[in-house]
Amino acid sequence: MTSPLIASGVTVGYDDRTIIEGLTLEVPRDSFTVIIGPNACGKSTLLRSLARLLPASDGAVILDGREIAEYRSKEVARRLGLLPQTSIAPDGITVVDLVSRGRFPHQGLLRQWSAADEAAIVAAMTETSVLELAQRSFDELSGGQRQRVWVAMALAQETPLLLLDEPTTYLDINHQLELLDLFAALRAAGGRTLVAVLHDLNQAARYASHLVVMKAGRIVAEGAPADILTAELVDDVFGVACRIIDDPESHTPLVVPKMRTHQR
Amino acid sequence: MTALLPRRSRVLRVGRATLRWDARAALVTIVVAVAVLLVGALALTLGTYPISLDQIVASFTGDPDADGVRRIVLEWRLPRIVLTVIAGMALALSGAVFQSITRNPLGSPDIIGFNTGAYTGALITILVLGANYVGTAVGALVGGLVTAAIIYVFAWRGGVQGQRLIVIGIAVTAVLQAVNTWLILSSKVELAFGAASWTAGSFNEVRWPSVLPVAIALAVIIPLLAVFSRNLHVLELGDDAARALGVRAEGTRLIFVVLGVCLTAIVTAAVGPISFVALAAPQIARWLAGSAGVSLVPSAAVGGLLVLGSDVIAQRVIAPGQLPVGLVTLSLGGVYLLGLLALQARKRLT
Repeated sequence: MTSPLIASGVTVGYDDRTIIEGLTLEVPRDSFTVIIGPNACGKSTLLRSLARLLPASDGAVILDGREIAEYRSKEVARRLGLLPQTSIAPDGITVVDLVSRGRFPHQGLLRQWSAADEAAIVAAMTETSVLELAQRSFDELSGGQRQRVWVAMALAQETPLLLLDEPTTYLDINHQLELLDLFAALRAAGGRTLVAVLHDLNQAARYASHLVVMKAGRIVAEGAPADILTAELVDDVFGVACRIIDDPESHTPLVVPKMRTHQR
Repeated sequence: MTALLPRRSRVLRVGRATLRWDARAALVTIVVAVAVLLVGALALTLGTYPISLDQIVASFTGDPDADGVRRIVLEWRLPRIVLTVIAGMALALSGAVFQSITRNPLGSPDIIGFNTGAYTGALITILVLGANYVGTAVGALVGGLVTAAIIYVFAWRGGVQGQRLIVIGIAVTAVLQAVNTWLILSSKVELAFGAASWTAGSFNEVRWPSVLPVAIALAVIIPLLAVFSRNLHVLELGDDAARALGVRAEGTRLIFVVLGVCLTAIVTAAVGPISFVALAAPQIARWLAGSAGVSLVPSAAVGGLLVLGSDVIAQRVIAPGQLPVGLVTLSLGGVYLLGLLALQARKRLT
């Protein structure tokens, strides 16, 4: 059970500013790995570097046993999908047209549409429950529907690895849970490894099979949420005094911040 | 099963190859192409020496007295018509490329300033170096590419983003316009007069030799656009999404900047700057074809029709005198922009 995606001593940053230095992470196969940490701790930078959006200045990202930089870019896109924080939908595009663009890495100049494309698009839209929106214009959709369409596009790419950069941001609680349930179902269906950056600790603890906690460009703890999420860790990483109790619904750790002095 | 395909999408199978195309875009292209043929036929009959279509047909079916008619049609009028159409196609394609790259309907080469730069290059070769036609064409091409390089470098910040390209382009355009005016004002009167008459863009005095460079450029660039256009449409989704799908965002953008600049520069070299076609044609085509984002083929067709139609108007308005075609496209462009703004304002209100 080797890891499909490994960051091996990677150093990444923008221009002269180093965000992450010598970080090593092995994403467990078939896991739902969730990366959490305070703002500007480098979690999105790590995800972008895992998706070869940012080149590592030192160290290497290993995808399926080979350095990611050695692959042709379309070959990477057949193995690893990414849901970026922001994508742009061309004006007036229909849902199915947008989802079908996820097939790009499987297509070529002389192979612009195949039965496999069709099957992948139907499967992706079914899994994300957007099939009935197929001919609708993307502009008319609600925020929750739009995010599901972007996920469908990433799924249509049919990659065993799927990276999600803050997928639940800007969504209301109902749509957040809907999306997280979808990711959990995708993982349960088998054959997929998911890596997500999330903000909500309790959602991370409830949904993650493997939790990665980052602070100032380093990983300070990783493992099953129940094993690693402690009050000391949350205080150390986020500077929030809290109690950890058992989530009565899911029996995963539940972070309950302590009352601040001025509230007493 | 094909019910799932995007509405109006069709798949063409040739052996094992499959090509996807859009039914409405194809229909629009065909209708516009027919209009080009009709207006082109009309244009053949127009001029200081009016010739009827019957006379033209007769001159090609063995009427020995019609040698003069045949020469007027073949050597004077046909090259002009062909050049208007292919110049329009080139400008529209250039506009479509830049609007796609900048993801902005205002991101056309006339606004970003590439044709102003091409014009600067041409002016320098005419006024300073005293170059001939080929020299001018090379000058325009170099001017366009150098301008593009300057704008690209200034807009670069770990990658080039559409909005910044446009804003910096507008600034560079302003500077270049001043340079152009200065070049004309500070040169000999006869030379300046010739250069200035070229400022508005004109198809007067066009013969086959001036058609050739534009035709060759199109013959080289169109296949390249066809090969890379799928990458261009993926790039419209944003750089991150494009890279996640296996498209090299920066490399693709650079290829298209170069192709787009070549298209607009070669036309500027041949007939002078013709404004607003690059701006309007892709949006008109988008509106007609109801497509998502700009699409290249219908844009090219609309561009051809726009310039051909404008040239016919330019020839007729003050006949027997001729207006520069650039003046006509400029006026049409003004009307177009007003319409666009009015439409936007109404959309905002509702």
